[in-house]
Amino acid sequence: MSEATQARARTSQQKVAAGLKRRYRAELRFRSYGIAAVALGLLFVAFLFFSIISKGYTAFEQTFVRLEVSYAADKIDPDGKRAPADLEGANYEALVRQALRERFPEVTERGDLRKLYGLLSGSAETVVRARVLADPNRIGSRETLWLMADDHVDMLVKGHIDRNVPEDERSIDDRELGWIDRLTAEHRVEVRFNPKFLTGGDSREPEQAGVRGAVMGSLFTLLVTLFLSFPIGVAAAVYLEEFAKRNRLTDIIEVNINNLAAVPSIVFGLLGLAMFIQFFGLPRSAPLVGGLVLTLMTLPTIIITSRAALKAVPPSIREAAFGMGASPVQAVLHHVLPLAMPGMLTGAIIGMARALGESAPLLMIGMVAFIADVPKTLSDPATVLPVQVYLWASSPERAFVERTSGAIMVLLAFLLVMNAAAVFLRSRFERRW
Amino acid sequence: MSTEIAPTDPNVRIRVPRARVAAAADDSQPGSKIETKTVGQVTVADAVMTARRVNVHYGEKHAVKDVSLDIGRNAVIALIGPSGCGKSTFLRCLNRMNDTIDSARVDGSITLDGVDIYEKRQDVVQLRARVGMVFQKPNPFPKSIYENIAYGPRIHGLAANRAELDEVVQTSLAKAGLWEEVKDRLDHPGTGLSGGQQQRLCIARAIAVDPEVILMDEPCSALDPIATARIEDLIDELRQNYAIVIVTHNMQQAARVSQRTAYFHLGELVEVGATNQIFTNPRHRLTEDYITGRFG
Repeated sequence: MSEATQARARTSQQKVAAGLKRRYRAELRFRSYGIAAVALGLLFVAFLFFSIISKGYTAFEQTFVRLEVSYAADKIDPDGKRAPADLEGANYEALVRQALRERFPEVTERGDLRKLYGLLSGSAETVVRARVLADPNRIGSRETLWLMADDHVDMLVKGHIDRNVPEDERSIDDRELGWIDRLTAEHRVEVRFNPKFLTGGDSREPEQAGVRGAVMGSLFTLLVTLFLSFPIGVAAAVYLEEFAKRNRLTDIIEVNINNLAAVPSIVFGLLGLAMFIQFFGLPRSAPLVGGLVLTLMTLPTIIITSRAALKAVPPSIREAAFGMGASPVQAVLHHVLPLAMPGMLTGAIIGMARALGESAPLLMIGMVAFIADVPKTLSDPATVLPVQVYLWASSPERAFVERTSGAIMVLLAFLLVMNAAAVFLRSRFERRW
Repeated sequence: MSTEIAPTDPNVRIRVPRARVAAAADDSQPGSKIETKTVGQVTVADAVMTARRVNVHYGEKHAVKDVSLDIGRNAVIALIGPSGCGKSTFLRCLNRMNDTIDSARVDGSITLDGVDIYEKRQDVVQLRARVGMVFQKPNPFPKSIYENIAYGPRIHGLAANRAELDEVVQTSLAKAGLWEEVKDRLDHPGTGLSGGQQQRLCIARAIAVDPEVILMDEPCSALDPIATARIEDLIDELRQNYAIVIVTHNMQQAARVSQRTAYFHLGELVEVGATNQIFTNPRHRLTEDYITGRFG
């Protein structure tokens, strides 16, 4: 090495050394941006979960009042025939009221009595009826029952109603407050787990409202969506990716699929209204139609992700299959599709998760109606979880606030179950090559 | 490396005209005059496949130009030449693998046992069962070793029952010299084997359907020398039963495993002849330049 080149090398080394510090600083800075972004994201998620769960967990509990109910034979079955129709149609409300009057014998005035009866939920009589129908031998006996309290009482017990505000600004007046305090002092008031929130349909009465109807509606809707959009989407993707010739027509189709993925979902709702309900005469508010609309909406997503998954399968696998004399369909079915399946499932689950959270297109096809019954078939009127959240969020009663958050928790749980299923399926299908 | 192969004894070398000579002139086979610019004997007496005036276009690109070549039975023919010379493209014509490329267009005629494989009636699936292929990069299916071998017989319905299939798997693996190494782990994934084993698995997979011809597209380029040597030995053994066409960049390999060698240059088949003749006594200037390492 000549002296000149040595000198040049030396200065080059010095320049490199001088720049090193700056390079490391840049690297550190860049990494800290990344960490900050992730931390911020986590913070928001934590905040969201905290806010929803802290507001919503009380929806799973309800205030119950312990009362002794006497199954008076003369009220339930005066002629003693135990005819099911008689038992069914008897005035059980009277029994509940009787039980309340026994606790508060001093209340006699009509207006006060009405307020007293109002302490209990309207569902109390159905509980009593169910007890009698389950075992008619109870008639004539007495039983201690935990009956659901009205939502105002529930709100007071849970601390959402402030006792210290003036009486006329409170939804519970001083007399009711006194009765509740007396019942509490007698250990007759208790906040217990409320199965009705998970097993009941929607109701105008907050304490009776449950998410079952919306869960079933969402489940039916998503099943329709999954069973239509996944096969159609995968078939379309396989055809476009593996079989279709590249020409102007397939280019146009491709561009349109990409455009469809970006169309606002409410447009699909309008399309569904015009096509499925007006033209084909399918029932309104039905999970079937909801599923069809969401299929239209998720199809582009599934097609695009499925095509990406197919593209990611190494061409050597196709060559190997063709080289063995596999027909194009065999090559796809035996080799390409199994390898693309994890990616396709991921795409499907992204599409499904979006469909689960979708409410706008479903409003257009009538799934926003108040429906108290839990849907049993695909054509029963139903609503879905996000629409239920919307409906409860816009209800005036204070007790619906916790139910809104509770419904969101159920929605998130639904989502988690779906994602867990996707992860499970993906790991089952995943193969290395 | 080329110095090893290049003729060391200058006395052996026969001077041939540098210009292209019509091979038809020294075509010794009477009645099979072939119009070609290729130097040397493109035909063989016992040909299993014949290619005549094959042209391949990839869109605008003219990848293979007017190539005529016979593939002899129970012999190995090596296709050599610089990158992009069309040897792999020509190889892929022989089992119509170019069909899978949209822009590829193949003209000319290629026959297998006298039947044109590009005819409409020729079934591609059947053709590929008769002309097997081994690729550059080992590409076993991401399935078990057993399933890799069983796949071909299964889709072609070659085995009537499980016992027959087991038999086919065992003999194929044995022929590929892999049986002893994998017999205890047939249910392990084929992708878990070493590179050389994977390539032998791919060869076993190809011979499981009893082809007549095996095409090998640089089968050793991704392997280490030991694995390469094993594959070369294997190719030599397989010659007993199959016609083998091998594309290689490794000229020693061509010299070791093949009986005939064809030299491609810019899409044209420049020279073909017996391997020892090509490596000791090339007649075309381009061939000589290539094998002596002047370019390529």
